Amino acid sequence: MIKKITCTICPIGCKLEVDIEKNTVTGHTCKRGEVYGIAEVTAPTRVITSTVKLEGGIYPVLPVKTNGAIPKHLNFKCMELINQIQVKAPVKMGDIIAENVLDTGVDLVATRSIKKG
Amino acid sequence: MHYDLVVIGGGPAGLAAAYEAYENGISKVLIIEREKELGGILNQCIHNGFGLHTFKEELTGPEYAERCIDKVMYSTIEVKTDTMVLNIEEKYIHAVNGVDGYMVIKASAIILAMGCRERTRGAIHIPGYRPSGIFTAGAAQRYINMEGYMVGREVVILGSGDIGLIMARRMALEGAKVKAVIELMPYSNGLSRNIVQCLEDYDIPLYLSHTVTDVVGSGRLEKVVVQAVDENRKPILGTEKVFVCDTLLLSVGLIPENELSKNAGLRLDPRTNGLIVDETMQTSEEGIFACGNVLHVHDLVDFVTEEAQNAGRNAALYLNGTSAKAKTVQVLNGNGITYTVPQLINLSKDIKIKLFMRVSRPYYNQEIVVKCKEQVIASFKKKVLLPAEMQNIVLETKQLREIDGNILIALEEAE
Amino acid sequence: MYDVAIVGAGIIGASIFRELTKYNVKVIVLDKENDAAMGTTRANSAIVHAGYDPKEGTLMAKYNVWGSELFEELCRDLSVPYKRNGSLVLGFDDEDMERLKKLYENGQKNKVRGLRLLNREEVLMKEPNLSQAVKGALYAPTGAIVGPFELTIALIENGVTNGGEFKTSAEVIGIEKEGVVFCLKLKEGEPIKSRYVVNAAGLHADKVHNMICKESFKILPRKGEYYVMDKSQGGIIQHTLFQCPNKMGKGVLITPTVHGNLLVGPSSEDLEEKKNVGVTSKGLGLIQETAKKTLEHINYRENIRNFSGLRAISDRDDFIIEETAVKGFIDAAGMKSPGLSAAPAIAIDVVAILQQIGLLAEPKKDFQPKRHQIRFAELSPQEKQELIKKDPRYGRIICRCEQVTEGEIVESIQRPAGATTVDGVKRRCRPGMGRCQGGFCGPRVQEILARELKKPMEAVILDREGSYILTGKTK
Repeated sequence: MIKKITCTICPIGCKLEVDIEKNTVTGHTCKRGEVYGIAEVTAPTRVITSTVKLEGGIYPVLPVKTNGAIPKHLNFKCMELINQIQVKAPVKMGDIIAENVLDTGVDLVATRSIKKG
Repeated sequence: MHYDLVVIGGGPAGLAAAYEAYENGISKVLIIEREKELGGILNQCIHNGFGLHTFKEELTGPEYAERCIDKVMYSTIEVKTDTMVLNIEEKYIHAVNGVDGYMVIKASAIILAMGCRERTRGAIHIPGYRPSGIFTAGAAQRYINMEGYMVGREVVILGSGDIGLIMARRMALEGAKVKAVIELMPYSNGLSRNIVQCLEDYDIPLYLSHTVTDVVGSGRLEKVVVQAVDENRKPILGTEKVFVCDTLLLSVGLIPENELSKNAGLRLDPRTNGLIVDETMQTSEEGIFACGNVLHVHDLVDFVTEEAQNAGRNAALYLNGTSAKAKTVQVLNGNGITYTVPQLINLSKDIKIKLFMRVSRPYYNQEIVVKCKEQVIASFKKKVLLPAEMQNIVLETKQLREIDGNILIALEEAE
Repeated sequence: MYDVAIVGAGIIGASIFRELTKYNVKVIVLDKENDAAMGTTRANSAIVHAGYDPKEGTLMAKYNVWGSELFEELCRDLSVPYKRNGSLVLGFDDEDMERLKKLYENGQKNKVRGLRLLNREEVLMKEPNLSQAVKGALYAPTGAIVGPFELTIALIENGVTNGGEFKTSAEVIGIEKEGVVFCLKLKEGEPIKSRYVVNAAGLHADKVHNMICKESFKILPRKGEYYVMDKSQGGIIQHTLFQCPNKMGKGVLITPTVHGNLLVGPSSEDLEEKKNVGVTSKGLGLIQETAKKTLEHINYRENIRNFSGLRAISDRDDFIIEETAVKGFIDAAGMKSPGLSAAPAIAIDVVAILQQIGLLAEPKKDFQPKRHQIRFAELSPQEKQELIKKDPRYGRIICRCEQVTEGEIVESIQRPAGATTVDGVKRRCRPGMGRCQGGFCGPRVQEILARELKKPMEAVILDREGSYILTGKTK
């Protein structure tokens, strides 16, 4: 089966055609595009950024991210987890908020420091 | 109060400019910020994609901001937050806050870094009722990402620039139903990465060549009417689609915020709505520099940082009395080029100058050609040029020294 | 039990209300909306007409000329923005010039002060940016501009300070009379009892009239749409510029506002329903087309807001200011243009009518006519400094565009008849009126409202009932 996708590596946005059975890509103009094409079709991943509830800070929420990409199909599962977390100020940028999110080996980390409010 | 350098605005531009001046030996520096903390709009841009050029890694907005803030915090640069500049007269800055009251601050040099603001419903004349539930994308972003409030449940977004796309994903991830992104132009103004990761990932349809032609709702927004537009961007009768929604986000452009500059009598470029600067980022007034979105709306914060460092470095040179004036060349915009910054190039030194520009529509296989009259000074092949993306080329002052007249930058078909 | 109940807190109801609080009477003003000035008063041309236009002998002529002379002192007393900038009715051909002459003569009969017919050179001297096609103009130096909702809110507030009562979200749904006492049934809450009733219900004055009287007039809504331009455009003209009415219609006006913006409009469209359908591309297009005649180059890119309002046009040719067949029930209705200009004079006469029909009204000895409002942006540096020293909240600018401080916002909430909504604050002290339209300051105004009114953020609304801003917390 051929899957048509847009390459997101650079702004050129090449229209890739990925042959899933043969694991080949056409339409790319660079090597990175080829790698992206295969990965995006076989095992797409995304970095999730959101906020978690924060107590006692100058803001009521703390921005967080997964410090690596996680399988795309886990996006909303990851949000469910994020929505249950509550942390207390102060927080430092880079603090691990949740370890090994959904067994992906990726941690959820704070993306800013927030003082006590 | 007297400072060597006062930087107005504590976002990425102001922070980098102040730090660069400090690094170049200027010790008495003040940053004035109107919000309660430094970092500017980056604080609410919690998504990633920042910093690949500056820090060689992919950061979120707050991470990028914190790195810039930390540098300033470990320097002797002074900061006044929650402080509003009311006007600038000569090199006197009138400002207020609750602690110091009304201040008149004398500055030997000033860097303007006030950023930009969002275009509103009024600016694009959207007809209809005036219910609640209509937000600029940035205002909604602040509510959601910083204040922790949700602004709606069923959403239509007008404008497919990156902010609109990013907000489509944010709203979807936080549980809202994003029904459509509407774009007036026949192409999106966002990065293809954002089209894929913000819209396609969440099955959000993008309607190109469409616009919102009616807004209905007496208390809260109830629905919007969307129509296809013809090549003159006029709505086509009979193409009306109704979207039931409680929220309309507007992502319809950004405007450099130059009210202070206008009142100070500085020259503006009608193409950018920003200040006119030379290659040192100096405005029409000696000793007043500018950088960041107050000059022109950037696509990447990394370029803001680079430009701000240039402004900071040159402000330091100016304060150290080592800047010199020589012949100045004006940069004119030709075929396909919407604007260029800087608008003026001074040829006093042998330096490389990075020129930023935008194109008027998507172009493929072009050359950016720099000419003086019929003489080609330089040309740069480009495979793809998109209006959403800033272009940049590097010229050397050496190349311009022999020419007689101004330079024109234009697109030509590549062979 | 009240002596007088006024239905409607627009400019007419508010003027009558405040006028009545000069006397020892128990008065209440009711409005169906959650604030004052929520109908026609908040969406109009904001003009105090000189009075040359209404036909001699009409109530409109009488109250317009009289009313316009009362504005200056009233606005000074109440700290309301007002400016006598003068108006010009522009003529573009010989027919227009004939009509201007007739307007001039009519104005003379109405006793409008200072009217003059100007030739082309004189007009262009006054307004150099005008279209070169102008032939002449009628100049009315007493024409003025005012903040209509600021004035209405100030009148209500001053009335409350002087002992009157103001009740919002109080829609009258029925009126009965038992003996000499009227009973006004409200949609919610206890009915209001009063000896006299003044019907100042604007667009709905016919409906309120018919609750107790036999039908004697109809109010028909006429929609007007407008452009509000950035302050960068406010200085291109000084006077209020009308176009000479001709067989094509009344034209559109272009005027600076008291805050330095530029207002262009209105369109004019008769509607069936008293429900505002907002602005339309058609109406806006028509304004652009018509306004060209006055100023060839208006930069509509500098537009910051469009709005539309419904004017209350009665099926009579004149204002309706009279006691009805039901004794003690007074109509103050059919207030089309120049209703705003006439309001202060109408208020005086309505009180006179009430006295004639038996209201015992002794002047209040301790009536306080003055009200002061701080406008930070208008103060000198020294005054700003002193103010911030006294209260640091005046050093925190919340609205960048209009330079409105936290101190002013808190004050607008805490005053009598204070703001309870984001737009209520905006109408009182202007945060959100500027070019960013509240993009930056809206959330912060909402925060201040929540804090001062001790409500959760989500409970603070934008404007009318139902106009919620937030749907809940994200986490």
